[in-house]
Parts: sequence; structure tokens; C-alpha cells
Amino acid sequence: MITINSETINIKTEQDAVFLRNRVSEYANKIKMGLVNQTKLLTAASELVRNMLRYAGGGKVLCEVISQSVLQTGIRLTFIDNGPGIPNIADAMKDGFSTGKSLGIGLPGAKRLVNEFQIKSQEGEGTSVTILKWKNG
Amino acid sequence: MEKIPILKMGDFLLVTVQVDLYDRLALGLESDLVNMIRKYSSRGVLIDISAVNIVDSFMGRILGNIAQMSKILDAHTVVVGMQPAVAITLIELGLPMTGVHTALNVEKGMAMLRDKLFLTEETPNDSDNN
Repeated sequence: MITINSETINIKTEQDAVFLRNRVSEYANKIKMGLVNQTKLLTAASELVRNMLRYAGGGKVLCEVISQSVLQTGIRLTFIDNGPGIPNIADAMKDGFSTGKSLGIGLPGAKRLVNEFQIKSQEGEGTSVTILKWKNG
Repeated sequence: MEKIPILKMGDFLLVTVQVDLYDRLALGLESDLVNMIRKYSSRGVLIDISAVNIVDSFMGRILGNIAQMSKILDAHTVVVGMQPAVAITLIELGLPMTGVHTALNVEKGMAMLRDKLFLTEETPNDSDNN
């Protein structure tokens, strides 16, 4: 798997989240990702950026265009924050679980919308979530 | 501060979301709408989201909230023009858009609101035809 393009976007405010969406949308258009896949990727990104802003006060997002073969390209987004971390990832991945006042479908919902999903968290150090959406996935 | 305009048209309020929604904007719309329903004694709210590319769990919840709040204030809400890709994504995300009436386009949405207004005024029992 090779990385064709990469960029880091800092997230501090909600407007940065809008900027991130537009940027990811540009990349997705560049690799000719279909509209439905693009919408799924952007929606997943929107959920994860919200978590980042709400629970960690911001962070940064690494956007990468990656290629596995000539035919298979995709976009990988890594959301990194230095927030309080998630004490129990298994709980956080359950539908309907929330420590805030939300519906609790952000994390599990984001996972359903993408092809690959990885989450790492260390209490007191931060959380990192990586999602990957293939162009034809 | 950026705001989503709300138009008053007779008994109804019209909202066309033409910009990328973010949380504060959606929350602002929620409170503005509720205040305007009260101010104009509106009986229906039509929200056109045909230009909206992303509806995530938060914005979906706001749409649900608007529908429920306006119901308490005796107004119906119809969300119209959802893009197919958004509909697919919402269902995979797992968002229950319960209690939100939807229509394909503005014309159908307006017809739906008129029907609801007519029905609630003619018959005492609350008939729902979606």
C-alpha cells in the first residue's frame, strides 16, 4: 500500500470541521470516488471530528490518498487528539452508549460507513481513530 | 454570526438550507424556528435539505428535535429533498429518523402540510397519511 498524497489539518473549531469536509471531498473527487461512498466517508469524518471537538477540545487529522493497486485507491483519515482518552473502547463502540448527551451512534455508526476502522486510546493521553474508504468499497 | 434564513408564507414557515451545516448553525436554526412558530402562530414547517451533502447523527437529531418541538407547538414539520446518498448513509449510520415526515420535493411537502392542516381542522381524530 502506498501513500500518494498526505496532508495534516488542525481542528480547533467547528469551522475547521467544515474545512476538513471540503478538503476530503476534493480528494475524493480527485480519485473519482462515487457519490454514495463519498457521502459515507464525509459523514463518518463528521462524526469523528465532532467527538474530537467535544471530548478533547480539538486535535488534528491526517488525510492520505492511498493506493493498493492501479485499480484500488482510497482515502485514509487519522483523527488524533490529546484528550482524556476512552476508558472502555468496547463500551464506546456499542450502539446507544454515550457519556455525553448524544444518541451514542457516532463511533459505531462511523465504523459501519467505512471499509476499515481502527481505534486506539490511552486514558489521559489521547485517542487515535483511523478510517479508510476505498473508491470502490 | 451566520444564520439560516426562515421565510414566512401564510401559515407555514419555509427553510432552505443552502450551506454546509455545522452544529452551531443547526442549533441556531432549531431555536429560531421554534421562536418563529410562536411569533407567527405557524401551523407547518417545511425544511428543504436538497443542497445538503451530509446529515450526520447530530444534524439528524436536530431535525428530529425540530419536528418534535414544533409538534408540541401545534405545527407539523416536513423535511424535503433529501439526496439519495444522504438517505443511504443515514440508514447505515443507524439514525432513526422517527417522527420526521419527509417528502420528495418542495411541492409534495407543501401538499403534505396542507393536507395535514386540512385534516386536523376537519376531523377531531389525528389522522396521519404519510
